[in-house]
Amino acid sequence: MADNILVMSNITKEFPGVKALDNVNLQVKRGSIHALVGENGAGKSTLMNVLSGTYPVGSYTGTIEYDGKLCEFKQLRDSENFGIVIVHQELALIPELSIGENMFLGNERKGFLGIDWDETFSQAEKHMIQVGLKESPTTLIKDIGTGKQQLVEIAKALSKNVKLLILDEPTSSLNEVDAKMLLDLLLEFKKQGMTSIMISHKLNEIAYVADEITVLRDGATIETIDNTNRNIDEARIIKGMVGRDLSDRFPSRKHSVSDEVSLQVSDWCVQHPLYREKRIVNNVSFKVHKGEVVGFSGLQGAGRTELAMSVFGKSYGNDITGSIEISGKKVHLSNPKEAIDHGMAYVTEDRKGNGLILSDSIAINTTMARIKKICNKFGVIDIDKENNVAGEYVKKLNTKTPSVQQKLGNLSGGNQQKVLLSKWMFADSEILILDEPTRGIDVGAKYEIYCIINDLVAQGKSVVMISSEMPELLGMCDRIYVMNNGEIVQESNAKDATQESIMKAILDSEKKEKADKETVAS
Amino acid sequence: MSEKAKALKNRNSSAGSILKKYSMVIALVVVFVFFTLLTEGRLILPQNLSNLLLQNAYVLVLGCGMLLCILTGGNVDLSIGSTVCLIGALATQMLANTGLPAILIIVISIAIAGVIGIAQGWLIGYVHIPPFICTLAGMFLFRGLGRVVLDSKTIPIQNQLYLDIFTRYINIPGIDTEDLKVSAIIFGVLAAIIVTAGTILGRIKKRKNGYAMENGTLAYIRVALIDALIVVYSIQLANYKGISVMLLWIIAVILIYAYITSKTAFGRTFYAVGGNEKATKLSGIDPRRVYFSAYLSMSLMAGLSGLLVAARIGSVNGDSGSSYEMDAIGSCFIGGASAYGGSGSVVGIVIGAILLGTINQGMSIYGLDNNWQYVVKGVVLLLAVVFDVVSNHKTGKS
Ligand SMILES: Nc1ncnc2c1ncn2[C@@H]1O[C@H](COP(=O)(O)OP(=O)(O)OP(=O)(O)O)[C@@H](O)[C@H]1O
Ligand SMILES: [Mg+2]
Repeated sequence: MADNILVMSNITKEFPGVKALDNVNLQVKRGSIHALVGENGAGKSTLMNVLSGTYPVGSYTGTIEYDGKLCEFKQLRDSENFGIVIVHQELALIPELSIGENMFLGNERKGFLGIDWDETFSQAEKHMIQVGLKESPTTLIKDIGTGKQQLVEIAKALSKNVKLLILDEPTSSLNEVDAKMLLDLLLEFKKQGMTSIMISHKLNEIAYVADEITVLRDGATIETIDNTNRNIDEARIIKGMVGRDLSDRFPSRKHSVSDEVSLQVSDWCVQHPLYREKRIVNNVSFKVHKGEVVGFSGLQGAGRTELAMSVFGKSYGNDITGSIEISGKKVHLSNPKEAIDHGMAYVTEDRKGNGLILSDSIAINTTMARIKKICNKFGVIDIDKENNVAGEYVKKLNTKTPSVQQKLGNLSGGNQQKVLLSKWMFADSEILILDEPTRGIDVGAKYEIYCIINDLVAQGKSVVMISSEMPELLGMCDRIYVMNNGEIVQESNAKDATQESIMKAILDSEKKEKADKETVAS
Repeated sequence: MSEKAKALKNRNSSAGSILKKYSMVIALVVVFVFFTLLTEGRLILPQNLSNLLLQNAYVLVLGCGMLLCILTGGNVDLSIGSTVCLIGALATQMLANTGLPAILIIVISIAIAGVIGIAQGWLIGYVHIPPFICTLAGMFLFRGLGRVVLDSKTIPIQNQLYLDIFTRYINIPGIDTEDLKVSAIIFGVLAAIIVTAGTILGRIKKRKNGYAMENGTLAYIRVALIDALIVVYSIQLANYKGISVMLLWIIAVILIYAYITSKTAFGRTFYAVGGNEKATKLSGIDPRRVYFSAYLSMSLMAGLSGLLVAARIGSVNGDSGSSYEMDAIGSCFIGGASAYGGSGSVVGIVIGAILLGTINQGMSIYGLDNNWQYVVKGVVLLLAVVFDVVSNHKTGKS
């Protein structure tokens, strides 16, 4: 019999109106990497929260056997004492504190008098080296990128003597380079004997690292697939997840780009909001035609989000210069409202911080960006109409929820993303800037979102798509800009671009940058 | 689980959710019955019932204004008690020393309150002064100014027109007699008819458009209870002096705020800013304007309360309105507004204010002294908030 470190049996967990888990079974072999996949709202995060004691014993039914012992965790602390550590879907670091402080938050290294800071930072450094993080432990979290923040979370887990590491969509906000690094790190840990459970919607990653794959659908275990030989077919996983074959990953589209330019941005420069001498976007010019999907590729920190937000009514940055033309007319957009009134939409990559009101309902969030549409001329809301349109979008995007009155905070991550998209589709925008629109979304829903994008451009709208997933850009766009260090370093037709050509453009620009710096220095 | 067990479970959970939804109403009923028994029924004598609302007029009016501030993120306005004093003082001095007509004086007073609101709203919204500090400064400032205006004296109000506008009892010759003000009953029945018709029409419209509807029995039981309450209350009023104009003022303010917060896009912005300010901004709503509006409306309501209170008491002195801000804040939180912003309702505030008022009045009638009233107020506030947090926690997690 296999040596299982974890056996979860017949786990059932209900929320008001939702049965999130229904008799789920999960067996994880010691020293393996176990992947958990399933559509949005399938119950993956919930299952891990049950395991970690976030949902205490008694709030679910079923048993958890860890290391051969029956466990009843009443709180997170209890499972951590056994070496089970969970890194959540949404990062939980405090931006104003340093890496070291964050790592030992709630687990402080105590000295004779209060906290022993020397010990804290040296311990922090030790674990940071383990994850390959070359920063000072006193650096503040807000000063490092998302990729490094993810590594901090893992280093934090290591500091707790982790034996079973749970990662909930660890790579959803990472670019491919950072993601690959993280996966290799997992493989390295595995060699040292650690067990991990990883939740992800990126099937190529799962095929790359996982020994076994458990598929959840609608709160029930469907199957566990073996992948010890690393030869699984992604289509095989998809079939388990959605229950049918999904032959194409990208819907086909008639490319009918009009000659009319809907958005033209010229000589755009943006300075950092706090460090004003720092230039974030440097002399960028780009255009989008009617009926066109334009992609922006680049590494984390290339300045794509900053460019988009600064164009969207100056919602980022300082001392912005340059010009914007919409449909050939020069416009000044000094706040998001003016941008929206000019038919622009910005779908943020940070749905929790910038996109949604988690304490409000789906209905309220859906209509928020253009509430006028459901109001009479005195600004009185037609609540029934609001519920109806929200319901239509729930249906259209297949959002999993008991009702449109459900609070956003109670939805699974991917379903929140769908509501965010609904919000901006409802706003009737002509130019949509989508910043990582499929982050955390399952393959089936991704396909639906691609279809929606195609619909939008077929109606003559324009879409700007910022994405860290190159296949998505290559599969969806007409044209692709590559950005690096705040500048556009390449523009190409999607037909001619490949992952390699994009990576090459980025690396070339890095090299050039370095060379420039050296010439300046010498 | 068998089908039957499932159905049972569903019913249980919906009974639970109804209980939670109406928990403050239930608390109010319990407290009301308790004090009725304790005072051997004196609490529900017509005179006491009439006073229950009139004496708490200021809490209701200020509570409505305070709700908007609290919605934006748990922000409060500490200056309103002082504003009540200052506006009351200005109005009485103008009444006593100028020949201006009372109506004009009322308009001027409200305008001055508006100026105060614009100043505070601008500082808080556009200059980003923390509301707590800004309104704390206002609290000292306006209290001081009020006393200067009064010259540290108590100034009585003699202008009859002014008093009539706020405190007169409606008396229609021909139908109202000394013993029974029939007009109050007519008013009550009309109100009940409007409530009932509104509900029925709303449901008809929903059915016609195929929108989702709340369970009919439940809705009609609720309407029947509300109607009964209105009619019984108006009969009691008819047995005392009838309907006071002040009651109409209160009802007007409550209806306007209830309408704005629940039905308009403008009202929605207060909830949005309290829920997530950044997301609100990126949705094209200017949070600065939202803060500005909240504090402007608050000061206007403080001005109105200043006039109402001055008229009801008949005079103004340097301590008028002290700690009124705390009553307003208390009724908001007892009424279920979130201390972090983003949720709360006018109905909740009305219930919170009446709950506080019932306790106060019940204890005075029973003969408990003022100091104990403070103790009980504190305990009730704490209980209400603890109950709210704990019950939310439960439903949120398990
Ligand atoms: N606190 C809650 N209250 C009510 N329903 C909830 C709550 N948390 C989760 N749910 C529901 O339980 C179901 C499972 O959610 P879960 O977060 O586990 O999904 P997931 O598989 O992690 O999805 P994703 O891939 O989108 O992150 C969803 O339908 C969700 O709406
Ligand atoms: Mg999840």
